[in-house]
Amino acid sequence: MGKIVFNLNGQSVTVDAEPDKPLLWVLREDLRLTGTKYGCGMAICGCCVVHLNGDAIRSCVTPVARAEGKTVTTIEGLARDLSHPVQRAWLEVQVPQCGYCQPGQMMSAACLLAQKANPTDTDIDDAMSGNLCRCGTYPRIRRAIHLAAEIAAGKGGLK
Amino acid sequence: MRRIEFPFLAFLVCIFSLTGIVSAQTRDDARARAAFLEAFKVFSHARCVNCHPAGDAPLQGEESRPHLSLRLRRGADGEGVYAIKCSNCHQTQNQPGLHMPPGAPYPLQNGSEDLLHRGEPRWHLPPAATPMVFEKRTPGQLCRQLLDKRKNGGLTPEQLVQHISHDPLVLWGWNPGEGRNAPPISHTEFVQRVGEWIEKGRACPR
Repeated sequence: MGKIVFNLNGQSVTVDAEPDKPLLWVLREDLRLTGTKYGCGMAICGCCVVHLNGDAIRSCVTPVARAEGKTVTTIEGLARDLSHPVQRAWLEVQVPQCGYCQPGQMMSAACLLAQKANPTDTDIDDAMSGNLCRCGTYPRIRRAIHLAAEIAAGKGGLK
Repeated sequence: MRRIEFPFLAFLVCIFSLTGIVSAQTRDDARARAAFLEAFKVFSHARCVNCHPAGDAPLQGEESRPHLSLRLRRGADGEGVYAIKCSNCHQTQNQPGLHMPPGAPYPLQNGSEDLLHRGEPRWHLPPAATPMVFEKRTPGQLCRQLLDKRKNGGLTPEQLVQHISHDPLVLWGWNPGEGRNAPPISHTEFVQRVGEWIEKGRACPR
């Protein structure tokens, strides 16, 4: 066990954990942030996506030691008042069905929009093919990402 | 006149042999070609080809099939695009278990740890500008490509030997994790064969 310090959703946190413990389980078990979901545990489905210094990493296979000194953003940290363009678009389009994969979908979408303000359908395919949805909400996800881009443009873009 | 010491002469011979001047005494085209063909067993192996693809996305498995169901893209720097970058899944070491993502650490510089990137994964394709394609290359084609600095990432023969000797992504080929085969010759023999190919004049198979 060892102390690992990182910035989580805007606040510095210190966790006492084995360095190779997956970040997902540190978030869910040690820090009680259960918005990030466990899906496949093999970096395939995308349920567990969080941002590590802005990159949309798979927290189920990422050792917590990799977060040392870095910034982690989870679905809880996207915007607490639901004002993030992705959150607003997801609500407007009513994207989720069962909802289990949606935190990962939204974090990948936010990562895309942070790098490409007005993504094409091809950009969306390139960014989102690693997030699986058993309910098949893909058309609504695509629509919501385009809407989030419009909302963000009205706000002057995403950071 | 100052006498030139033997170690200095030996040093010069080594430098010249690695930087383009191969003496007539060491040149042996037949041995160079034979050495390259041995090394080609590694260059053409799935462990190398899968990340040196002809297309814009990595391959996987012993049969070099497309990578999972993901729509992967190389990106300008070879590290992927948007929310799908190689190091989003691949860590600094192999994950235990079948079908788990393999990994490798950031390269060590001349055997010492790269402190700048300590703890960071190094998993990527060659950059788009120099894709360094190995897939479906004949031995002769790959041999000439490796000698062309415009196509080999700007490497001198000496740097090529350094790369295959120390880059963790190359070394990973012999520690590929569960369910993956290593190349058919050892890493030591691979480095020896490439070194021999260079030392004997770098002749390429036809």
